[in-house]
Amino acid sequence: MSHNAFYTKNLSVYYGEKQAVRKVSMEFPNREVVALIGPSGCGKSTFLRSLNRMNDLIPAARIEGEVWIGGDNICDPNTDVVRLRQRIGMVWQRANPFHKSIYENVAFGARYHGTRNRKELAALVEQCLRKTALWDEVKDRLHQSALALSGGQQQRLCIARSLAVRPSILLMDEPASALDPVSTAKIEELIAELKKDYSIVIVTHNMQQAARISDKTAFFFLGDLIEYDDTQKMFTNPTRKSTDDYISGRFG
Amino acid sequence: MRAKTIDRIATGVIVAVAVLIMAVLASLIGYLLFRGLPHISWHFLTSFPQAIKAGGGIGPQLFNSIFLLVLTMIITIPLGLGAGIYMSEYAKRGPITNFIRLVVEVLSSFPSIVVGLFGLLVIVNTFNLGYSLLSGALALTVFNLPMMVRLTEQSLRSVPQEQKEAGLALGMSRWKTITSVMLPVALPSIVTGTVLAAGRVFGEAAALLFTAGMSSPRLDFTDWNPLHPTSPLNPMRPAETLAVHIWKINSEGLAPDAGEIAAGASAVLVITILLFNLGARWFGRVLYRKLTASK
Amino acid sequence: MNLPASEVRSAPAAKERRIPKHLAEEWRGRTYVYLCVLIMIVTIFSIVYFIASRGLAPFISHGVSVSEMMFGLEWRPDGEPAVFGALPFLFGSFSTSLLAAVIAAPLGLCASLFMTEIMPKLGKTVLQPGIELLAGIPSVVYGFVGLSVIVPFLRDVFPGLGVGVLAGSLVLSIMILPTVTTVSTDALRSLPRGLKEGSMALGATRWQTISRIILPTLLPSLLTGVVLGIARAFGEALAVQMVIGNAPHIPHSLFESAATLTSIITLSMGNTTSGSLHNNALWSLALMLLLMTFVFVFVVRMLERRVKR
Repeated sequence: MSHNAFYTKNLSVYYGEKQAVRKVSMEFPNREVVALIGPSGCGKSTFLRSLNRMNDLIPAARIEGEVWIGGDNICDPNTDVVRLRQRIGMVWQRANPFHKSIYENVAFGARYHGTRNRKELAALVEQCLRKTALWDEVKDRLHQSALALSGGQQQRLCIARSLAVRPSILLMDEPASALDPVSTAKIEELIAELKKDYSIVIVTHNMQQAARISDKTAFFFLGDLIEYDDTQKMFTNPTRKSTDDYISGRFG
Repeated sequence: MRAKTIDRIATGVIVAVAVLIMAVLASLIGYLLFRGLPHISWHFLTSFPQAIKAGGGIGPQLFNSIFLLVLTMIITIPLGLGAGIYMSEYAKRGPITNFIRLVVEVLSSFPSIVVGLFGLLVIVNTFNLGYSLLSGALALTVFNLPMMVRLTEQSLRSVPQEQKEAGLALGMSRWKTITSVMLPVALPSIVTGTVLAAGRVFGEAAALLFTAGMSSPRLDFTDWNPLHPTSPLNPMRPAETLAVHIWKINSEGLAPDAGEIAAGASAVLVITILLFNLGARWFGRVLYRKLTASK
Repeated sequence: MNLPASEVRSAPAAKERRIPKHLAEEWRGRTYVYLCVLIMIVTIFSIVYFIASRGLAPFISHGVSVSEMMFGLEWRPDGEPAVFGALPFLFGSFSTSLLAAVIAAPLGLCASLFMTEIMPKLGKTVLQPGIELLAGIPSVVYGFVGLSVIVPFLRDVFPGLGVGVLAGSLVLSIMILPTVTTVSTDALRSLPRGLKEGSMALGATRWQTISRIILPTLLPSLLTGVVLGIARAFGEALAVQMVIGNAPHIPHSLFESAATLTSIITLSMGNTTSGSLHNNALWSLALMLLLMTFVFVFVVRMLERRVKR
């Protein structure tokens, strides 16, 4: 394993007595999109949320195993989760922009992490908004509330917001499932663009989406990682029967 | 058939009671306005009270009430926000949190006279602050704090979890997430609740009898140096508030027009609280609209 | 500016020795909120401690017996020897607040039924704001209205001077009506819809549904509201003091002047010298008020536990 690798080793997550994720070991290649698929309740979102310790917020949740990011095991209780989360961006199913202006949404995190210079900050905001193809749509109303944007725009703003703190990994939890087809297409284009610079892990329940955007796909079922391979292979010639059944829509 | 008749009678009784309550409320307000309004004038609102002559005003009392309210809020809001943040964000489930919850509940159940007596014993005598605006403000803080704590806790709890996660996922500390992401979202309901609570503080008297005192020095409204004993802004001077004044002239008023003064002062008090009620709702809405920019 | 962080970076932690900004900020924030909570806890303990230390003085250093204080019928602080029987005040407090609850409970129940079952729309737009307004009116204003409307009315219609237990109870009942109404309305609103609809579907009339299905389920919540109301009435000072007459004896009728724990404290505390026996005896009354608060909180908690079950 190289020093820069990002992988999990025997990662288990418990909610109280219930084991939601069972000893999952996966490696995430640099600058590729990994899709996590599986029926609802299979543990894929839980798994995703343990990659930036977001499950810490749930009092009953408990993590076992290791997650290695850039040479640190982040499951170590001494991990500085605040620092950790700066390196990992996250996007949710429902767009959740801050109740602030569009500009502030992007600038807020960057300013917190030390970009104080006004010019620098403005340039960064523009860069992030351009990257998410939002700049032309919002450049005239940067100081209006982000809540006035459409759902798709809000979701792209949330992506821009996480880019502004310069992460290296992006976690996306069904980022397009609440959006209309046009907005969904925009998000997918964006992901294809972003993977040039970021490692992306995306949870989706939409098989076509997984097939379209990801390089590798992992199939989760009842907390187990059933199969993990190149997307091409997963969708044409999966090794396990249950993967084939799920992908061809026989259950789930 | 019989069941239907009973149903009709029961419905009639319930409606009648509702009408009765509204009638009581209407006559209460109507009575206060009818008796009080004719007495309210600029002179009444701004001049000094008279001990034995007719024609006294409520100027200093009105000023004292407002000043005391401001002082109380200055102390209560930071404390209440802090404790409320603890209850909603930092408290872990367990015996300690249950205990603190009990403390808030008991504190909010104390009769205001008991809070006033505590103020007399500890703030006025032991800390030697004397009958003063500051003593009154501290007593009112004890009385108001539990409300502020609950309000903050509930408002923060109603902030969507995604907002909190978004803040944390950007690599912000919990404290920064709470104060810069969650509090702005919760602000409209906190503000509405605070203004409503302020209305209660404005009308409170029992906790003030033995803390802020039942008299005011002859205030000099041209002297705004807070260190002078007769300056209106001096927080260490005794101060009779409007509510206390109403109580006092009812029980020992000597002025021939005591009844009218009490009625006028009551009307002023009720109108102010009415304004607080309406203002709280209006302000909350405006703030919500401004913060979410939904036009 | 290099926005894209192309490699999976390791944490930039090792460079700095001093405490990172976010940890310091978190630490400051936590200290602040812990401090706020601590102040609250210290406050409540000092309230109990200070009032108890003064309130127990008559028993400890002046030889007044607890039973004399609790059951004595006479309160003569200036007598030779001074007598401190607080039963008349206890009686006054309990009788006014219980009577107020007896008046307010059915009214509050009807008001909440009106708002939830009969005319929810009118309830929400008219009755509810009205009730909230009642809750906001200061107690001295209630006292003033009681003194200038209820007392003269009672004087004209019934024997006596008008002041007394009934006048106090009437004023208190209006004051606690919002408490009772709000609690039972909240409970009614949280009842499952199916409960009502099932009964209506079986052909029961609205009142049959209310009396047989809704009321039994509602009872613990209604009781909670009533106890909260009694607690408020018990501790209310000025409004009662203004209309009850303040005679330190047990009245023989509803129309005879009486006194409560709060009224006697309000009247006498300012006129006694700190440390005197009379003054300390007043603190004993305050201690009783304090203890009753704990009792009320306890009862409310028990009732709430039953609601949850």
